[in-house]
Formats: sequence, structure tokens, C-alpha cells
Amino acid sequence: MKYVTEYRDADLVKGVLQQIQETVTQTWVLMEICGGQTHAIVRHGIDQLLPDQIELVHGPGCPVCVTPLELIDKALAIASRPEVIFTSYGDMLRVPGSGHDLFSVRAAGGDVRVVYSPLDALKIAQENPDKEVVFFAIGFETTAPANAMSVVQARAMGVKNYSILVSHVRVPPAMHAILGSPHNRVQGFLAAGHVCAVMGYWEYPPIAKQYQTPISVTGFEPLDIAQGILTAVEMLEGGRVEEVENAYPRAVTFEGNQPAQKVINQVFEECDRKWRGIGTIPISGWSLRPEFADFNAEMRFNVGEIQSEESPLCIAGEILQGLKKPHQCTAFGKQCKPEHPLGATMVSAEGACAAYYRYGRGINE
Amino acid sequence: MTDDQQAMTNNLPTMTGPVCPVPLKHSEKIVLGHGSGGKMMADLIAKTFLPPLDNPVLRAGNDAGVVQPELGPQLAISTDCHVVSPLFFPGGDIGRLAICGTVNDVAMMGAKPQYLTAGFILEEGLDLAILERVVESMKAAAEEADVEVVAGDTKVVQKGLADGLYITTSGVGTIFPGVEISGAGAKSGDVVILSGYLGDHGIAVLGARGELGFESDVQSDVAPLNHVIAAILATSEQVRVLRDPTRGGVASTLNEIAQQSDVGITLFENAIPVRPAVAAACEMLGFDPLYIANEGKFIAIAGPTDADKILSVIRSHPYGEGTAIIGEVTAEPPGRVLMKTAIGGTRIVDVLAGELLPRIC
Repeated sequence: MKYVTEYRDADLVKGVLQQIQETVTQTWVLMEICGGQTHAIVRHGIDQLLPDQIELVHGPGCPVCVTPLELIDKALAIASRPEVIFTSYGDMLRVPGSGHDLFSVRAAGGDVRVVYSPLDALKIAQENPDKEVVFFAIGFETTAPANAMSVVQARAMGVKNYSILVSHVRVPPAMHAILGSPHNRVQGFLAAGHVCAVMGYWEYPPIAKQYQTPISVTGFEPLDIAQGILTAVEMLEGGRVEEVENAYPRAVTFEGNQPAQKVINQVFEECDRKWRGIGTIPISGWSLRPEFADFNAEMRFNVGEIQSEESPLCIAGEILQGLKKPHQCTAFGKQCKPEHPLGATMVSAEGACAAYYRYGRGINE
Repeated sequence: MTDDQQAMTNNLPTMTGPVCPVPLKHSEKIVLGHGSGGKMMADLIAKTFLPPLDNPVLRAGNDAGVVQPELGPQLAISTDCHVVSPLFFPGGDIGRLAICGTVNDVAMMGAKPQYLTAGFILEEGLDLAILERVVESMKAAAEEADVEVVAGDTKVVQKGLADGLYITTSGVGTIFPGVEISGAGAKSGDVVILSGYLGDHGIAVLGARGELGFESDVQSDVAPLNHVIAAILATSEQVRVLRDPTRGGVASTLNEIAQQSDVGITLFENAIPVRPAVAAACEMLGFDPLYIANEGKFIAIAGPTDADKILSVIRSHPYGEGTAIIGEVTAEPPGRVLMKTAIGGTRIVDVLAGELLPRIC
């Protein structure tokens, strides 16, 4: 755990929190984009240690939470087929579709397997040539390179029984959507460090400039998050609202990971994408390029026509846009709990509602 | 603003209203989460098993039932099914697990386990050599725990209807005279002692399944704890709760105790012993060591005056390496477990909901 524990050092974190206290002169609303950051903030109790003037609102950066219902229904339809081995990251299994979830498909006899990487799924495809192996390729820019690589490798190795169900989303268009909303409250962003490690942060200066909203590239350990908040507050207090600063330089460069971006561009193209709870955001997703259509599970299994209706029971949409906090939902911790999620934000470990529930924010307070 | 940016601003989505699907209650079929030692399993017990079989001993919800036969001393009785895959893993195997699991459940009631029974469900096609290895391992564990397997049963099922070999063991032991251990015994001011490093078993089994995606040298901690339990009970009369945090981990076990005793429990993040290799594996997979299974650790809740005595007894025992006071019992908030984080925040530590799932990124 060398190189991690150092960033959890209580004295160092308290030192940065003290600097934030000394810097802040007025109220500021900051949004952390990434669900991993939301999780770390409540897990370590960072929000409790900030000055009252700083409000953190939680962004739409949980890939599980924003995956649209109809895509989950498509996944359920594909996974239920007898010839299919359906592979997924673990936390997608519990996300409810219209009728049931992937756990239920497995209980009903479907072959649904948790994998840690799409390359594991590709290996399963090689080992089971008489089966169709499908990988549920969701996620932000962080998971896209490996998902793209699995397709490139499948083609190179001539693996015909492998395909991916794609629902990739991109952070910068979501930032546009949030900042351009008439209800926007966000005055500064903590950009997601892992996404920036892949993509760099060259996409962000135009956003900061257009919306006069500074962006601080932020990591995930307590010290990183405190440093990211301090950087954002310094920019806001100093009136440097058009700036982007990198508070996570040990992992992030301006240009990002070039080979990763190259394989993404080789396999995926930009597309409009529906975000669960938010709606369709222009050019906010990636889909397979036509030359890789052979690997598109939606086409292979002809589930393109599945349409799903969401029913209006929870406020995940407002939470994902940072308009409300999880405990402001009347169902939070009552009808809606991790074992019976009403919405995806309660399902994933990175979902804001799950983080609030697990770490007791807003319960019995 | 460039044209592209202008286009993007103009094309912003109309924010749809609140959306979410109806809840899914896994009420019609059993899913893996029902066996994970968390909330789904607790619900299954409360709604499906307890009502038809209800009696005060079962309702107490302890690791073993404590009964008073008409003749003779109080007994602790427990049973435990073992379905681990693979059958052999670093630090142990299903045979050692089957003996230790039941020995420990009986011991956690303040009893001296003496006699076990073992039931085997064997899959057609299992290599006899594998069964022999497993039984040899049971013999060694039983000798170490000083218990005897006095009855057994074997069934064979068709190939494909089981995964090699399942073992169910039951055990009985007499309660040490004057000892009263129960999940409902914790009192405000008590200390919470954990008998060593967290999460070794769960991570060792994941590693043996090849599910870590990297090499790990973590060994399962599976071990009989009855001797160290007997030693602390001989040392102190202040021991009130004993429990082994198996499936569901320390977090789920402490929540059960907080609810049974109607007390709060506060943990100190800095004090919780986790091996660096386990911490690193959890970090990579998005697991919290507090929810990982242990098979050779126990939690003791005891009056503060004897804490040092108890600690030194456990630490001097071969299975007590890393023993630490990890928290304290408080009056408030009843039924909840809190964590003082290393940087000074506070959070709630909840029970495991269903199956432990690795996160996406």
C-alpha cells in the first residue's frame, strides 16, 4: 500500500483543510464529477471537515447509475438466451431493469458471469467456442480503452463468438449539460482524476472559459480530494474562473495517455447518448465504429428495438444533476435501500445514494 | 465560443423528471445474495425460516443454540454447511473449514466443543484421492481442536448436481460453568477486541479461484479457536460477547451485536488490523476488508477493566497475531456501528446488503 497510505495521512489532510479554511471568504458550490470521489468523500468524512461555506454536490460520474434502463433491458434479453454467456462488471448485476436484474437471470438459469476486465471475457469466448460471449461494455473514459482493446484483440485473433453491448459515456459533454442547465448551482468542478489520466485535460479549458467555472483535476485519496478542493477554492476566491488546474499531477498530464486514446478512437466514434435520470446528451457517448459492427451485440442479437419506460418513483435524475442530495428523497433509506434499490444511484458502490446510505449520511440525523 | 460549443449549448437536453424503476424484491427465487451473510440472508431467516420453526433458542440468533437438557449441563449446538470453491486453497481446504467452522460456532457461546457429526454430499465422478485428502485434513483439524467426529452420513448425487463435494458438520459442547456469552450482552463502555488481521480467508479463496487477476500470497486464516477462547474465559469474567466474523465480515457481525444488545459500537479506523496484501487486494477490487470473510478470527466484547489481560492472553496464542482493540461500545446510537475515520470524520458502517460485488473502476 506504499504510495497510497501517504495520501491518507491525517496530519497532512488536516493541514490542507486548514488552508481551505483560511482561503474561503464566501459560500461556494463545488461538484465532484466522479462517483469514486463521492464515495471517498463520505467514506473518510471529508465533507464533515470542510468549512460550512463549501458545499459539495455529487455529479453524474457513476457509470452504473447513468446506464439507461433500455440498455439494461437489452442486456437482460441477451443474457437470457441459452446460447449466451453474459459477462459484466460485478456491480451491474444488481441494477434493476424494467422487470428484473441480471442476478434474477442467473437464478433462472442464465449464464451470467462477473469479470474484472473485458479481456477475461474474451478469454471465456476462446474457451467456449460453441457459446456466444457478450461483455457489457459500460463506463466512462476509464474503461473504454480496455473495452476497445478487447475488440481489437478479438478481431486480430479471429474470435468470432465475442461481442460487446456498448453504453460508453464521456465526461466533458455531461459538464456542458450541467453547467448549461437553467437550474445549475455548480460554481466549480473537481474533475475526475482517473478519467483525466486516460484523456488528459485538454478538453476542459474551453468549458471553464465558456461557463466561467474553474475546474480542478482531482484524485481520490483524502489528501488528493482536499488538495483538489483547495485548488478550486483558490481559483474561485482569486477570480480565476476561466482556469483549469491539475491538482493530481502524479497521475495526470495535459495530453493524457496517448496509446489509450488511440485505441478508443480506432474502435469507437462519438454518438448521442441517453443518461439514466438525465436524458439524452449530445455527443456524450461512444459507440462502435461501423467497421467494428461485427462485434456489436445489439445488432448480433437484434435487440435494437427494445424501448423501456421509466416509472416516476425516485429522484435519481435530480441527484445525478446535483440538484438534490440523496437524503432529500422521501424513499431514501426507507423503501429504497441497497438490497432493494429503487434506482441505480442506490445500487453501485459509486452511486451517491449508496454512498450516503452505507456511510450513514442523512440517516437518523 | 466556437460554433461547436454554441451547438452544444443549444442542444442541451430537456432535463427529464425524476425517473427510476420499481424496486426488485427477490421474493420468488433464491439468488446468491441470500447466502452472503448480509441483510438478504437475515431477511430470509426472519421471513422464511424463523416463523415456522420459531422457538426462543433459535430466535436468539446466536452462532450456536444454547439449550438446557433435562439432565446434565447446558449445551451449545451448532451446524454449518461448507460449499467452498476451490476445495483446496492457500492455508486450508474444505475439510479443515468444516471442522473449524462448527468448532468455532460452538466455542463462541462460551462452550467447550467435544463432539461433531459430518454429512458429505459427493458428486458422481469425484476422485477418491481428493476425498481422502479432505478427510485427512479433517482428522488433523479435529485433533488440533481436540474434538471427535462421532457420526456421519454420505450421499452421492449425479454428476452436475453438486460441485465436487459439500460437507455439513454439526457440533455440541458443554458451556463452561458460570459463563454467560450472548450477542445481547454488550454494555456501554465495553471494549471491542479483534483477534488479528482481517479478510485473509476471503482474499485467499478469491486468489485461489484466480479471480484476483494478480498473484497473491495471502493464506486463509482457517483455524480452530476453541483453545484461545477457553484461555480468555479462564482469565476474565468480563467477556460478554464472542463471535467469529465469517461471511459478511466484521461489519455485519458487529451490526448484529449492536442490534441484539441495543447499543452503539464505534470503531477506530486506525486501529483495525489488515495485512498490506489484503488491503491492496481490496483496494484494487473495490472491496472493504470489513466485509470480507474470516475463518480464524473472533470478536470479543468485554468490560474495559480486563481488556489488557484479555489482549495479552490472545496475543500469546498462535492464532492471536495482530490482536487489537478496534472499538468501543457506546449507548448511542442504539443498533448502529460507527467508524471514526483516520482523518477525523465519522461514518456509519452498515451490514453487507447482498452479494459482495467488485466495482467497475
